[in-house]
This record gives sequence, C-alpha cells and structure tokens, in this order.
Amino acid sequence: MNMIVCIKQVIDPEAPPASFKIDPAGNKVVPPQGVSPVIDPYAEYGVEAALKIKDAIGGKVTAVSLGTNRLRDIVKKPLAMGADELILLEDEAFDGGDSWSTAYALAMAIKKIGEYDIIFCGREASDWNAGQVGSGIAEILGLPSVTLVKKIEVSDGKAKLERVTDEGYEVIETSLPCLITVSNEIGEPRYPTIKGIMGAKKKEPTIWKPADIGVEASRIGTSGRHTKLLKLFQPVREGKCEIVEGESPEEAAANLAAKLREVKVL
Amino acid sequence: MAENKGVLIFCETKEDKLAAIATELLGCGRKLADDLGQELSAVLVGSGLSDLAKEAIAYGADKVYVVDDPQLKDYQTDSYVSVMEKVVGQAMPQIILLGQTSIGRDLAPRLAFHLKTAASLGCLELAIDPRSKLMLQTKPVYGGNALAVFTADSFPQIATVRAKTMTPLEPDPSRKGEVVKVDAALDPSTIRTKVLEKVAEKVEGIKLEDAEVVVSGGRGIGGAEGFAQLEELAKMLKGAVGATRPPCDNEWVPAGAQIGLTGKIVAPELYIAVALSGSSQHMSGCSGAKTIVAINKDSEANIFREARFGLVGDWKKALPAFTEKLKELLAE
Ligand SMILES: Cc1cc2nc3c(=O)[nH]c(=O)nc-3n(C[C@H](O)[C@H](O)[C@H](O)COP(=O)(O)OP(=O)(O)OC[C@H]3O[C@@H](n4cnc5c(N)ncnc54)[C@H](O)[C@@H]3O)c2cc1C
Ligand SMILES: Cc1cc2nc3c(=O)[nH]c(=O)nc-3n(C[C@H](O)[C@H](O)[C@H](O)COP(=O)(O)OP(=O)(O)OC[C@H]3O[C@@H](n4cnc5c(N)ncnc54)[C@H](O)[C@@H]3O)c2cc1C
Repeated sequence: MNMIVCIKQVIDPEAPPASFKIDPAGNKVVPPQGVSPVIDPYAEYGVEAALKIKDAIGGKVTAVSLGTNRLRDIVKKPLAMGADELILLEDEAFDGGDSWSTAYALAMAIKKIGEYDIIFCGREASDWNAGQVGSGIAEILGLPSVTLVKKIEVSDGKAKLERVTDEGYEVIETSLPCLITVSNEIGEPRYPTIKGIMGAKKKEPTIWKPADIGVEASRIGTSGRHTKLLKLFQPVREGKCEIVEGESPEEAAANLAAKLREVKVL
Repeated sequence: MAENKGVLIFCETKEDKLAAIATELLGCGRKLADDLGQELSAVLVGSGLSDLAKEAIAYGADKVYVVDDPQLKDYQTDSYVSVMEKVVGQAMPQIILLGQTSIGRDLAPRLAFHLKTAASLGCLELAIDPRSKLMLQTKPVYGGNALAVFTADSFPQIATVRAKTMTPLEPDPSRKGEVVKVDAALDPSTIRTKVLEKVAEKVEGIKLEDAEVVVSGGRGIGGAEGFAQLEELAKMLKGAVGATRPPCDNEWVPAGAQIGLTGKIVAPELYIAVALSGSSQHMSGCSGAKTIVAINKDSEANIFREARFGLVGDWKKALPAFTEKLKELLAE
C-alpha cells in the first residue's frame, strides 16, 4: 500500500479562546504568545489512519505539507509517529492561498509522487475550517473520494469504509486509488516513541518548489485563489455571567436552581 | 455573470418529507432571490420523491427540478455530482445552497471543484452585496474563535448553511410553481463507490436537536456513570443529553451526542453545561441557546464567558443538590 497524508501546521486549536487575537488591519490572526503550533489535529488522525493500515498489511506512508514559516520539529511529527517520508512544498509563492490553490498544489505534488493507493486528508483543518482540500484533490486527480471516514479495511484492491452520517454511519465500498478524509472517530493518534523521535531527527524532508511540481504561478498562492476574504473579526460576547454562590457547592447548587426558577428559565 | 441567474437550493429529504434544513434553506434562498430580483429554484434528488416538489413550492420555491431515479436512493458522491452538474447546466444559477450536513459537507466541495468554482462551508449568514450583487458568506473560522466574510466571483457561488441559523417561511399550499423533471441518465460505470449498509444510531426519548433543554457534559464528567446523572436531570426537565467530543471519543456516550463544529447544532431554551471548558469548537454548536448555565470547578474556564448563570465547584457535589432542589421547585 502506498499512502499519502496531507498535513499542515496550525495554531494550537486547544489554546484558550481568550488568547485568540486578530490583527484587524491585516485581516490576520496573531499567533498567541508562548503557545507552540501543532499539526492540524484532523490531519494527524489521517496519519494515524495510514499507520493503522501500515501496521496491518504493510506499506509506505508519505506525508506532504504545504506552507512556509514552519517549525521542523512540528512538521516532522508524522515521521516520528512512523511515516516513512516527508515532502514539504515550501516557497513564498504558495503563500496566501485558499482551498483551491492549496488543493491544486497538493494534487500536483501527489501526481509527482506518482504511486499511491490511498490519499488521506483531515475532514477539516482547525484554522480555516474549510473542509474542502480533500475533495478538491480528489476532483483534480479524478479519484473517488469518501469523506468523514471513521474506519478503514483494505482488501483485494478495494477499501471498505465507515463514514459518519448525521444519523449514525454508513458502510461504503470504494475502488482504489481513492481519497479519504478522516474524522476523529478513527481513534486517537499514537504518541511518537523515543525511537521514532530520534529517527525523525535524522531524516531530512524533501523540499519542492513550484517548478519541481510543474505548477504555474498563476494557479497557486494568492493568485490561485477563487475566494476573497473581505473581513475577519471576533464575535462580540456580552459576557455577563452571574456566579451563584453558597457556603458549600450543595448550597450554591440549590441557590442556582432557585435562581433559574426565579428568572423563569425553568 | 451574464448568464448565471437565480438561487438553487439542494433540498434534502427525511422520511418522505423535506428535511428541516431544506425548509430553512428555502427561507434563506427566498430572501436572497428577492434581493436579487431573481427566481428561487429547488432541486430534489432521490428515489420516489412523489409530492415533495409541492412542499418545496409551498416553502417558497418558484421552480423545482426533480431527479427521481432508483440509483439515487442513497447519497453517493459520484452519482449526485453527476446529476447536480446536469441540473446546474439547465438552471444556470448564480447561487447554490446546501445544508451543512453529512451530505452537504461532501457534495458542496466536490461539486464546486467539479464546476471550477468556490464554496464556503458552514455559513451562519448570507447576504447579497448591494453593489456587486455577489453573495457575501459569513462563516466561523478558527473553530469559532473568529468569523470570516468571504466572497467569490466565479459562478455559481456555492455555500452550505448550518442547521437552525435560517428561518423557514410559513408554508403556503396555494403557492404556484413549476416542476421540471430531469433525467438522471447515470452511467453506472462512473460510480466508483457502493453503499453496503446504513446504520442509524438509536435515540431514546427526545432528539437532541429538538430538545428545549439540553444537559451537556464534558471531559470532567469522567465516565459513563456520571452521564447517568446528567440523564436523570435531562429526563426530569424533559430534555436531552449532549456532550463535548472527549466523552464521545471515550465512548461514555454515543457519538451522536457530540455538540459542536463537527457535531450537532442545538439551539434550546436552556443549555446546562457541566464540567466542560467551553472550547470555541464546542460553543459553535450551542451558542444559539437562549440561556446557558455552567457548572465548572475552574472559575477561569471559558464557559463562564459564555454562560448567563454559573456555579464554580465540583459537579459531583453540585449536580445532585441542583437536581434535588429543582425537583422540589418544579413540584410546587
Ligand atoms: C486570506 C487568507 C490568507 C491565507 N494565507 C495563508 C498563508 O499565507 N499560508 C498558509 O499556510 N495558509 C494561509 N491561509 C489558509 C489556507 O488558505 C488554507 O489552508 C486553505 O484555505 C485550505 O483551507 P483549510 O486549511 O481550512 O483546509 P481544509 O479543506 O479544511 O483542510 C482539510 C485537510 O486538507 C489538508 N490540508 C489543508 N491545507 C493543507 C496544507 N497547506 N498542506 C497539506 N495539507 C493540507 C489537511 O489534511 C487538512 O486536514 C490563508 C487563508 C485565507 C483565507
Ligand atoms: C477542528 C476541530 C473540531 C472540533 N469539533 C468539536 C466539536 O464539534 N465538539 C466539541 O465538543 N469539541 C470539538 N473539538 C474539540 C475541542 O477543541 C475541545 O478539545 C473539546 O471541546 C474539549 O472538551 P471539554 O470541554 O469536555 O474538555 P476540557 O477542555 O478538558 O474541559 C473539561 C472541563 O471540566 C472541568 N472539570 C473537570 N472536573 C470537574 C469537576 N469535578 N467538577 C466541575 N468541573 C470539572 C475542568 O475545569 C474543565 O474546564 C474540535 C477540535 C478541533 C480541532
């Protein structure tokens, strides 16, 4: 099995909401001080999904990431977890893109990798929550795509997948190669082992520039955008929480119940 | 933009009726179409759709495209993209709206890339820019920490809309509209997936999305036994139990109980949040609640920035007393 996982570095989505700041002038997010960036969590579930298959039937896992200003230790995490290779699309020309430019560049990189049975993406990245890059890559490469996947079984050149639905889940069979977007129900990503971390330290990622993947500058980064961001802002919170007190938690709880009754919430 | 005109709603169905989200989208689409001075059309895709076109018209559509074919019984990306491409070719809409559901999340981006246009997923607000006549799409980003307003100038403009953010029109059975049958003409060899089985999670009691009172628990509940206590409170208040993601991931509650950005969206009268921190991703699913009440042992927890009433303390001590007192008060 040749597997490719698309990953990106993001601001830690679990950082306290109070630390989240926007620079309104630039319509940009200001990275919070002292909070280390992470691999996009859903993409990390994608790495886990690929490694599970590798554990079961063997294969090669290649992680691909597009972006600049990244920390090597962060983007190397898939290697530390057990992936075999890391390819970075790193060039300022890739910057400022949207789902279109991102999916296009990733699809062209995947074409260059050439051999693949399954491509994994996260169901949605934790920063822009676009939820499109996976489907976009599949469309550009002409592959079947199954989104929101929580379980994968591969046999006889086919994959049997469980896909999360609003009612529960459905079981889908797809031909290979295919693209899968992964949901958290696939199971917690494994922690890198010490051996994995040491191995990743020694491994150098492959860097590709736009010319290496044969993309036209007009279709990547800012110029490749289909969408325009008009405004980025933080919703205003009224933030008037009345804390109900008491001598003990039990008393406070009784007071809270009385309060809700008093204001006719109940 | 010359030839693209009108708003097209992709209507999902549920148990031989229009799904609630479809009526919400028709309400929102009607407004956008009126602002543009253009037509509102709907598309129904499935098998055995009989009278649903009438219902879509009653909810505001001027024209309904019906693609009825046994091969369309189950949603599948390839077949639905193929028929939507046909309908879009015929309708040439300026805007297509879908629900932010497990179908819409899959169909919208794939269709957008197929039509070489852009989509925004999970929108909360849609409006027509009076000058450019383009649709402005407001959606949460960074897990709900921020809102972004996007637009695109390639047509059709595609957006998915989150449940319970738009209001349906009062259905008017006397409204007139046109019904257009579209032949699916599917080539089975182009459909690369097969639905082997559909599994619906059983829900006992009131459905989470419909409940007036939701009692939600977070990681701090610590296990399934704790959730039994939330269940007791929910039952007493004729409500339903929800959760953040960790309790679902740990299987203390079924996955269907998850509320948030990647879970269900609820907008009850009362939301009781117990031992959950109030992450932006979770709040995305419940910020429409009228009153939020929080119980958390950490006075700095973000949930207290969101709640109207709060209690700082251990839920294990507070919750039984709260339930007991409410039982007393409600019996009076
Ligand atoms: C105005 C604006 C400016 C931006 N500027 C930049 C910028 O300068 N640099 C930058 O990096 N981003 C930038 N972005 C974000 C970037 O455009 C998004 O990554 C892109 O829109 C895809 O959306 P998403 O990340 O929400 O992807 P989704 O579609 O939600 O992502 C789903 C999955 O696709 C895969 N994926 C997504 N992006 C990548 C990637 N880059 N590499 C590998 N796999 C990926 C992952 O598996 C991920 O889980 C900007 C966005 C906006 C709106
Ligand atoms: C892209 C993306 C999408 C996501 N989608 C969702 C989603 O849809 N829904 C969702 O919920 N999450 C989602 N998450 C996860 C989210 O970021 C948080 O990790 C999650 O909501 C945290 O759940 P929690 O509040 O229960 O846990 P925690 O943040 O760990 O909070 C537990 C709280 O319990 C309190 N507590 C502990 N013990 C007690 C006690 N004895 N008494 C009282 N209080 C106690 C603590 O003070 C703490 O505030 C998503 C994440 C990402 C990246």
